[in-house]
Amino acid sequence: MKELSLHILDVAENGISAGADIVRIEVDEARAANRLKIVIADNGRGMPDDILRNVTNPFYTTRTTRRVGLGLSLLESAARRCDGSMRIESAKGKGTRIIAEFKYDHIDRAPLGDIVGTMTTLIMGNPDVDFEYYHQIDGRQFSVNTRDVKEESGSSSVTDMAVFQLLYKKLHNGLKQLKSGER
Amino acid sequence: MSKLTIDDLKKIKEKTAKETSLRHGEANIKLMVHMGTCGIAAGGRDVMNALMDELAKSDRQDIRVVASGCMGMCSSEPNVTVEVQGEEPIIYQHMDANKMRQVFKRHVLLGEVQTDFALAKI
Repeated sequence: MKELSLHILDVAENGISAGADIVRIEVDEARAANRLKIVIADNGRGMPDDILRNVTNPFYTTRTTRRVGLGLSLLESAARRCDGSMRIESAKGKGTRIIAEFKYDHIDRAPLGDIVGTMTTLIMGNPDVDFEYYHQIDGRQFSVNTRDVKEESGSSSVTDMAVFQLLYKKLHNGLKQLKSGER
Repeated sequence: MSKLTIDDLKKIKEKTAKETSLRHGEANIKLMVHMGTCGIAAGGRDVMNALMDELAKSDRQDIRVVASGCMGMCSSEPNVTVEVQGEEPIIYQHMDANKMRQVFKRHVLLGEVQTDFALAKI
């Protein structure tokens, strides 16, 4: 994967296939500590221990359409290659939480990339799921919640183009502000 | 027959509501962008974003876009399935943003299947 935001998209889709209706994505850029942390948490059905043990093995998958499962293995190797790590907390029936940490200035760390594209793809492709996005750069925060956006626009569906455009604007401007603020 | 719980009934209700909304003109056309790990790595997100951009421009309320999983044809990703009500679904292969825009304008809006990009019809 060329961007970390693609890993986020991929892992978040896992949570949705596990029946989640709330997915929370956190990006924490702590440059003073030279650390980038990504958390993807869902309230899906969670994983039993035997699956959890095997989940980062690329030759293990629960799917039936192919015999390899690469999503989490790729994220783990991306984190490890940047002097970081990935851990998974999962409770059956409660959901799963993936925490990936990277050394911020590691030469092999892929850029975060088009996070707005990731979020709009997730939100539009899964209109029945609520998303919470939380981004922190050196202690300053920005967050978006699809429930609030739906309420604000008075529409119950994100597939309504007006809602989508509002969401896009919020994400785009919010992140721009967050990034420009610290300079 | 085993006992139905309230949850089961809710699920049936939701499923039926989804299916009927697809039948009754609310959503005549459904586009599925396959977004497994393979689809994402091959550029599925750009395809999805191009599709949403075209959809916003077209101002059509009867078109539904969904992200679906890998269908086992990882080598031909990004794949997009176009389901027009009453016609056979068409799977497109090796999509990119430009091809997606062409498929949307030609196939979805005008009904001309873009056979050059097609992988198969189901």
